[in-house]
Amino acid sequence: MRSSIFTIMKKELARFFGDRRLMVTILMPGVLIYVVYSFMGSAMGDMFSTDEDYVPAIQAERLPDSVSALAEAAGLPVELCADVEAAREAVTAQELDLLLVFPEGFDGRVAAYEPGGGQAAPNVEIYYNSASTDSQTAYMTVTGLLDAYESSLANKFDVNAGAGTYDLATEEDAAGSYFAMLLPMLLMIFLYSGCSAVAPESIAGEKERGTIATMLITPTRRSDIAVGKILALAIVALLSGASSALGTILALPKLMGSEVEGFSADIYGIGDYVLLAVVILSTVLVLVTAISILSAFAKTVKEAASYSLPLMILVMLVGVSAMFGGGASRSLGAYCIPLYNSVQCMAGVFSFSATGTAVGLTVAVNGGVTLLGVFVLAKMFNSEKIIFSR
Amino acid sequence: MRDILQVQHLSKTFRLSKKQQKLERTKEKVRVAVNDLGFTAGEGEIFGLLGPNGAGKTTTLRMLATLIRPDSGDALIDGKSVVTEPDEVRRRIGFLTSELKLEDCFTPNYLYDFFSDLHRVDREVRERRKEDVFTRFGIDRFAEVKVANLSTGMKQKVSLAVSLVHDPEIIIFDEPTNGLDVLTARVVTDFLEELRSRGRTIIVSTHIFSLVEKLCDRVGIIIDGQMVQCDTLANVTQGESLEDRFFQIYKETAGDGQ
Repeated sequence: MRSSIFTIMKKELARFFGDRRLMVTILMPGVLIYVVYSFMGSAMGDMFSTDEDYVPAIQAERLPDSVSALAEAAGLPVELCADVEAAREAVTAQELDLLLVFPEGFDGRVAAYEPGGGQAAPNVEIYYNSASTDSQTAYMTVTGLLDAYESSLANKFDVNAGAGTYDLATEEDAAGSYFAMLLPMLLMIFLYSGCSAVAPESIAGEKERGTIATMLITPTRRSDIAVGKILALAIVALLSGASSALGTILALPKLMGSEVEGFSADIYGIGDYVLLAVVILSTVLVLVTAISILSAFAKTVKEAASYSLPLMILVMLVGVSAMFGGGASRSLGAYCIPLYNSVQCMAGVFSFSATGTAVGLTVAVNGGVTLLGVFVLAKMFNSEKIIFSR
Repeated sequence: MRDILQVQHLSKTFRLSKKQQKLERTKEKVRVAVNDLGFTAGEGEIFGLLGPNGAGKTTTLRMLATLIRPDSGDALIDGKSVVTEPDEVRRRIGFLTSELKLEDCFTPNYLYDFFSDLHRVDREVRERRKEDVFTRFGIDRFAEVKVANLSTGMKQKVSLAVSLVHDPEIIIFDEPTNGLDVLTARVVTDFLEELRSRGRTIIVSTHIFSLVEKLCDRVGIIIDGQMVQCDTLANVTQGESLEDRFFQIYKETAGDGQ
């Protein structure tokens, strides 16, 4: 590497690592993500889980013998209702979990009912309170019980009624498809955040402070300044992205529910991580270069942030595409589009479907885009309109 | 004496934005900043560019420092063209202006090393020069203090030291004593005289008459982007004070009532 590139890199890195506030800005997101996601997972778990020993309070009007027997077998105590209106109010007040209202002569009417006979089917009314987790759980249990009873009355055939395992996806595949759906978007956002936290400061900030011209009157080539800055920014942005990604990967099992078996980043091998690292590095280079060019147009750091906004929206849109794409694209053309190719590669790595050709093409395209960006940035450093537009 | 700087028919125009046109209440789309400028400076000479604000002094110096390209004409520094050999020119010049700032988060020591590396100054030479200049300017006591925490005068001294890390043949200073207290200004002017005695050529732009009278061997008066007078100080002043002579020339050139 040319010594002037290395000198510029060293200076940029020294500026970032010498500034405690900037260090906190860069590394804090990972810690925050871990804490916030873990807290959210725990809070949501508490919100949607019920105490296993909890016995729901259920009342029924005209409880038929058939359902009474089923409820007893399922361990659901059902009391007879004395006043339907009062019981409905109790459900609203969350003092009662469920109120079942059966039509008169339910068992007889069910036995006599013939589908397609023109008569209305006997209707069971179940009153519950969706604001109460206990009431909702009781509603789902009783609905399931009644559905099963209804199926048993006219049982013609069963589906997957045996004790075997019918979903043949491995735990790794299942977890992989979850990661492939969620992580590319999150990673793209984190990488963008990392790049946008450092690039405007280094380019527009130097213009704003009048320090870039001091460097431009040295015999250092403009392209060396551009390369040195982009490489140093990429390292810092990678650290920021890595911090965020690590926080997410560690917190995701907690967010999704720790009881989900196999939901862990352990499913990936060293090869997967190497592929991911290569894709992330090339993505960061593209992002840093793009934000640097936008920042060079800006007169201030604030203006650079607003110029970068469309890029942020683009990155988010591209990231979201992984959630609906059903895994990595098989078309090589998709890997020729910068940023979209990164998302496709990430989805491919997470879902174990990445190919060497796709990753290679992505890295080549992103490398080409970065080189083009360096050329543009070097030209911009030569432009008096750009450098002195203050 | 060899002419180490030769400025030949240098011209530069700027396109005015609509905002600038509105601010300056003009319908002109183009502003001529420097118009067919020519002068020379010899080795070991201090050349003063004198002119009012907006005369084109800073634009001229920026062109000499290769920060902006002339529209036409050229300037040769030790035979190297600012248009076709800007890297070679940058090796030979030191440029200091109040526009060029040092990064606040670094120490003078770090910045001196950084710019020495960019100029590829040998480590031994760098350390020797650093010790000399830091001691001379009293920077040594603040060598490890961040620039942000230095006084304005000390910042200017550090800027001066940093702009000379490569011991350039030509030193270009835009308003060298602007905003400095009298003590620091004296240190700077003394240093410029010492550089001259070491054979270095110094180009200063200023509108401070006393500075030109004290320092400069030759002076060029720029008005509206044109060199209206360029000669030795004695020939320009013709026995009068520089200030009186300047206003006479200005009146003749720019017209009455201005």
